[in-house]
Amino acid sequence: MANRALGAPQLPGPQPVAKQEVAARSQSATESLVKVGGSEIPDALFRYAMMACGLCVLALVGLIIYELITRSNLSWHAFGIKFFFQSDWDPVNDQYGALPFVYGTIVSSILALIIAVPLAVGVAVFITEMAPEWLRGPLAFTTELLAAIPSVIYGLWAVFVLVPVLRNYVEPWLHKYWGWSGLFEGPPLGIGMLAAGLILAVMIVPIISAITREVMTAVPQQQREAVLALGATRWEMIRTGVLRNARAGIMGGIILGLGRALGETMAVTMVIGNRPEVAKSLFAPGYTMASVIANEFSEATGDVYLSALVEVGLALFLVTLIVNVVAQFLVWTVTRGTPARAN
Amino acid sequence: MASSTSFASDFAAAPISLSRRFMDRLVTAAAVLAVVLVLAPLAGIFGYLVYMGIGSLNFAFFTHIPAPPGEIGGGMANAIAGTVYILSIASVAGVPIGIGAGIFLAEYGRNKFGDVVRFTADVLNGVPSIVIGIVAYGIVVLTQGHFSALAGGVALAMMMIPTITRTTEEMLLLVPNVVKEAAYGLGVSRWRTTLSITLRTATSGVITGVMLAFARVAGETAPLLFTTLGNSYWNWKINQPTAALSLQIYTYALSPFDDWHRQAWAGSLILIILIVGAVTAVRIVSSRGMMKG
Repeated sequence: MANRALGAPQLPGPQPVAKQEVAARSQSATESLVKVGGSEIPDALFRYAMMACGLCVLALVGLIIYELITRSNLSWHAFGIKFFFQSDWDPVNDQYGALPFVYGTIVSSILALIIAVPLAVGVAVFITEMAPEWLRGPLAFTTELLAAIPSVIYGLWAVFVLVPVLRNYVEPWLHKYWGWSGLFEGPPLGIGMLAAGLILAVMIVPIISAITREVMTAVPQQQREAVLALGATRWEMIRTGVLRNARAGIMGGIILGLGRALGETMAVTMVIGNRPEVAKSLFAPGYTMASVIANEFSEATGDVYLSALVEVGLALFLVTLIVNVVAQFLVWTVTRGTPARAN
Repeated sequence: MASSTSFASDFAAAPISLSRRFMDRLVTAAAVLAVVLVLAPLAGIFGYLVYMGIGSLNFAFFTHIPAPPGEIGGGMANAIAGTVYILSIASVAGVPIGIGAGIFLAEYGRNKFGDVVRFTADVLNGVPSIVIGIVAYGIVVLTQGHFSALAGGVALAMMMIPTITRTTEEMLLLVPNVVKEAAYGLGVSRWRTTLSITLRTATSGVITGVMLAFARVAGETAPLLFTTLGNSYWNWKINQPTAALSLQIYTYALSPFDDWHRQAWAGSLILIILIVGAVTAVRIVSSRGMMKG
């Protein structure tokens, strides 16, 4: 390391010096000797203190895994793997099956992705490739503002604005024209899977578009110029020159958005209806893994009940862990080699 | 990009076919539509929030504690204070550890062990907030025997640490080596150089990271649900349930009372001002340049 190499010459190492010579040495040299000799212990202390902070991060994740595993033990022993394939959630008789929550989490997240991905990629394409220079910064900042809004405020807005709009206009229309598909059956309540998917979509657009923007920016400018020089239109340039090169990274961004959607709690809890059922219709109320924990954890009486909820949390943790690791890897394959961006 | 397109088309051997040009226009229109569709909810949320919030704010909101259910009036004074209180606990616990871990990664972490810590920080960053809540419940609430401000603070600190760690590392790595070498050249010890030279030079960047982490957790509700629990009265004890703005908004939004809905909007406005204020401050600081040294 450069630092160490530079630091070393400053250190007058211990040398065999005759006793009378020591006294002859100048005062300042002695002082610097003492100072440098004295900095070894603080240096080591500082190093260990910082390392302890790093270890704290490791310890926290270890603690999360340990807590989740030990506290879900009871439920795991009672129900085994069947826990995730049974659909009766019955606290009174101490029977727990997480299937409706798994189903609700997957369906609401996928619905959110279907809506959010085209929008997010469209926004990213517009900002990086089409917008005039002066508009790029403000547009990027504005979409990122969406990410700064707390989940509970999204929920509040969804309850008082989105849900009534869905109930009065969108759902009757969907039912009338698309009812035959079976996805839009039942009374238009407003609250339900569709509302949850929509609000999730709004919430994950910023993260997907931010990552897509990042990987598109990482595509070398020569790629664009080369494709344009062959006579391509702008769209052809974007498609063959940019999107194709950035596709792994964009996929990573989408998966990262999925990870966010899977773990999202408050906004979903407020609009999904919170009923543990597996229904085909998107109008029907559902329940997600995160929202069952949010709703029932503090009221859970009985060890098995609490343990079952922690097991749902453990499953949620593992799924988001896998999803995030895959996403990080995909983004890394595109952006490696380009200098790290601050922020 | 637009100018180079026309340049290319000027020199193309054959004119670009109608269908290709149509496709190009269509995609441009679709991209613009996407931007509009994304900005619409943003404008909707902000517009509605400001409209509902400003109409609902009054003096009592900032000075009174919640009225009993169904009664008109009252405010969120204790919730605002509670949020500040919980965030302070979280910052006291999270900021030093986060910055310390960042220093470790930047100064001593260019090795396998550093990679492990870096990866773990990213993992921690992706843990759903509700799961963090379960863990804080397990390690603080169950140990103490009751819900408390401390438990909420611990939960939020766990969420702040990875963000602060990674931004601190990034910012410290941006400090030119020359600056550090100059310090070593003067015989300054390593720890002193790291604290007084490297960290000092990167201060505004590190503050950016802290503010981003702060903005991220300020509105968090899920990890507080079964840690701080909420409280209708004042509380300054670290081991007692405490009100928080986000929790109060959640409770009020799902209540059947119009006056509580009104206050939920007012609370949201205050919360968003807090957060957007922090984010904007970060923008201003970071646009002035990371390095001012």
